[in-house]
Amino acid sequence: MATARLLGASIKRREDPRFITGKGNYTDDLKLPGLTHAVFVRSPHANAKIRRIDTSKAAKSPGVVAIFTGKDMTGVNSLPCGWLLPELKIPPHMPLATDAAHYVGDPVAIVIAESQSAASDAAELVAVDWDVQPSVTSTERAAAKGSVQIHEVAPDNVAFRWQIGDGAATDAAFKSAAVTVKKRIVNQRLVANPMEPRACVARYDDSTGEWTLWVTSQNPHVHRLLMTAFVLGIPEHKVRVIAPDVGGGFGSKIFLYNEETVCTWATKQIKRPIRWTSSRSEAFQTDAHGRDHVTDAEVALSKDGKFLGLRVKTTANLGAYLSTFAPAVPTYLYATLLNGVYEWPAIHAEVTGVFTNTTPVDAYRGAGRPEACYLLERMVDAAAAALKMDPADIRKKNFIPKFDNGYQTKVALQYDSGNYGAAFDKLLGMLDYKKFRADQAAARAKGRLMGIGFSTYIEACSIAPSKVVGSLGAQAGLWESGKVQVHPTGKVSVFTGSHSHGQGHETTMAQIVADSLGIPMDDIEIVHGDTGRVPFGMGTYGSRSASVGGTAIVMSLDKIKEKGKKIAAHLLEANPKDMEYVGGNFVVKGSPQKAIPFGQVALTAYVPHNYPEGVEPGLEETSFYDPANFCFPFGAHACVVEVDPDTGHVKILRYLAVDDVGNVINPMIVDGMVHGGIAQGVAQALWEEAVYDRDSGQLVSGSMMDYTLPKADMLPFYETDRTETPTPVNPLGVKGAGETGTIASTPAVVNAVVDALSGLGVDHFDAMPLTPERVWKTAQAAKSKK
Amino acid sequence: MKKTVSMTINGAPQSHEVEPRLLLVHYIREQAGLTGTHVGCDTSQCGACTVHVNGVAVKSCTLLAVQCDGAQVLTIEGLAKDGKLHPIQDAFWEKHGLQCGFCTPGMIMSAHQMLQRNPRPTEAQIRHDLEGNLCRCTGYHNIVKAIQYAAEKMAGK
Repeated sequence: MATARLLGASIKRREDPRFITGKGNYTDDLKLPGLTHAVFVRSPHANAKIRRIDTSKAAKSPGVVAIFTGKDMTGVNSLPCGWLLPELKIPPHMPLATDAAHYVGDPVAIVIAESQSAASDAAELVAVDWDVQPSVTSTERAAAKGSVQIHEVAPDNVAFRWQIGDGAATDAAFKSAAVTVKKRIVNQRLVANPMEPRACVARYDDSTGEWTLWVTSQNPHVHRLLMTAFVLGIPEHKVRVIAPDVGGGFGSKIFLYNEETVCTWATKQIKRPIRWTSSRSEAFQTDAHGRDHVTDAEVALSKDGKFLGLRVKTTANLGAYLSTFAPAVPTYLYATLLNGVYEWPAIHAEVTGVFTNTTPVDAYRGAGRPEACYLLERMVDAAAAALKMDPADIRKKNFIPKFDNGYQTKVALQYDSGNYGAAFDKLLGMLDYKKFRADQAAARAKGRLMGIGFSTYIEACSIAPSKVVGSLGAQAGLWESGKVQVHPTGKVSVFTGSHSHGQGHETTMAQIVADSLGIPMDDIEIVHGDTGRVPFGMGTYGSRSASVGGTAIVMSLDKIKEKGKKIAAHLLEANPKDMEYVGGNFVVKGSPQKAIPFGQVALTAYVPHNYPEGVEPGLEETSFYDPANFCFPFGAHACVVEVDPDTGHVKILRYLAVDDVGNVINPMIVDGMVHGGIAQGVAQALWEEAVYDRDSGQLVSGSMMDYTLPKADMLPFYETDRTETPTPVNPLGVKGAGETGTIASTPAVVNAVVDALSGLGVDHFDAMPLTPERVWKTAQAAKSKK
Repeated sequence: MKKTVSMTINGAPQSHEVEPRLLLVHYIREQAGLTGTHVGCDTSQCGACTVHVNGVAVKSCTLLAVQCDGAQVLTIEGLAKDGKLHPIQDAFWEKHGLQCGFCTPGMIMSAHQMLQRNPRPTEAQIRHDLEGNLCRCTGYHNIVKAIQYAAEKMAGK
């Protein structure tokens, strides 16, 4: 029977029926007998010493069960940093601050009560005697002379100084260059804002000495390991961490946070389960923020537009403490991507990580790669403008030519496979670029400001080869696990260490399994997000689930089929070497009538009465896949905008994307992730910014009223297409699709606005977002200079 | 001082003693045990808590439970009838109008009201009418497509 391949099919998502009927199972939905409710008392100051915390009045408030401060948490360690750089300064980051708080929102006490309102009431009565200190929140001023000193261990607030590339070769390139272009590039601070706020329910069972923690996590095993082994000192195997349905993450739910750690500690003290759910205001203050770089970037060029050298000096704001993977983001996930899709003779990048009195900064969708892409694509356009070249031409002139297996960049990474010109050509075709330029000129003659911006991007995902990241400072291996359990009836349970919080793994991973085994998807369940059921796994971030998690499943499927061949060969009195697996049957090659269906082999494995010698009963395999390299999706995006000259308002007329994410398992799901990614990147270009008050250190964009998340009427339909260049790194040929849209889109939008205003003399924006005010002021300033 | 509040949710009578300050959304989630209605913010921006009260779509974080004494409330759990999905639910599934699913109940309840008021909305009208609902996953593309699809299906096309 010929069956259509399931890999590559837009199959409707199997997880959706529960979500569209209100039957999702999110952490805050959980009800447990005896449940208590937690509220955290937080610092209202950006930098303050704690003289005393008086909980006596709060303790008498109705319904209070317990109140704990940091002083109660004896024997508890600092939250760990999971990525070390040479001479990295690591200030202690206690689950509850005891002596001083270093950002607005830093937790100092937990109040546990019979109801949420009782806990909130009592929290208001906790009296903290603050000794308020001056603060610094600005990235640029953090390491300046005379700045506030935040941590003793980090003089001048510098966490690390790091560099990559060839400084001497880059200096030489600049000396010999015909043209150099220098710009200041500010990549503003963002807040991830998954729609589900962080939450946890911690329960200690006094009879077994075991904990269960339900938590909004992208990587429950990582949460468990860090919390037990590094912070609380409790046995790892006594804690079960469950990440049930999780309502988006975008990186912000990777990290081990104070709140779930304190709740896990406290549940043992009170012997009752505790629930904490973040309010959105708390989320703004305490979910790890993203981006926040200030950079001086320089490009050296030949007269005819060939790139000769790139020099980058970045200051990256890390916030008040080092979040779980903070040091990796502005270094190995950023500067290693500065090669882009272009041939560069020389690159050198220096990065200084600084502490400030702000929320810790860590990975947010793209994590370092959007910062690199924005810098590079903005500089490419600036270089084109300096040479009066078309931005399409300068890109084509400098693309790395097509390659199938390996390209060594100037910043450590070796790309897997790429065909950058093809993706760009496809985009130009969709756009009808020549016609656009003609339309633009006609519009300009009438006073209308239309512009187009390109972004030809690359990203590194499928994170990551353990040996490589280990040599660079990672304190973890970044492989993934995949267990395939075939039941006696031929039904299959698949346990993946990846975690879905919107990505649709219950569908795509079932497609992989059904395609491989030739059995119906209905016979397959995908289990994830539970350390009590799933083998140790590293979770989901860095667009790794299909490429790393999916490959681990493929490896187990291959083992299942190999074992199945032995069982089937025995039943058919054939040689296992003569067996093949076709469409759900074990078949003797060349004799299609000699076949045993998958289900019969499964049953035989569990009822091994007529069974081959030396083969174990049962049909269950576990694999751990450690990728040999990263995967490198790429593509070309374009944005067409019109700017209102009177108001500075930017309207997106078209947004086009050609992405190459390698082979595609489910096009509908990939397109959906690309759409959402584009929206987040467009939002960085035009609307989103986490703003701290310079003097008080207050987060002034601390709610959805003050921080502009995009709404439906701010965005267009996206025109998407793709090229497919399979990666040689994994057997599925898949690269990764979760972050491409966010990485690519920000510079496309900014370049489009600059293009629209180029006739007025605007050649750059020092900062984003391009709010009407910033656009209008920049346009006026350029006009007045002319 | 607790107050007794009674209302009908998805056709089932409910009656509980509640604090007067209890928001409708928390009443629905905690007292009535219907957790399909979500809380995504604390400033009435996100719309994840959208339900229908006496036939009108409202953000259930903007009402006190005691204000809804005697009301007829419809939540996401009450939309499918006899195990058959409402066409809007089906459209969100068919057109991949959701990813993490957290905003989805509110989106569907808003879309339901939108199509009651205007059975054949334009794309611009759909986008405008979704101003009270935030989604962080989809970039709205497939949500708008889903509502267009639902409108066509419900119009009998």
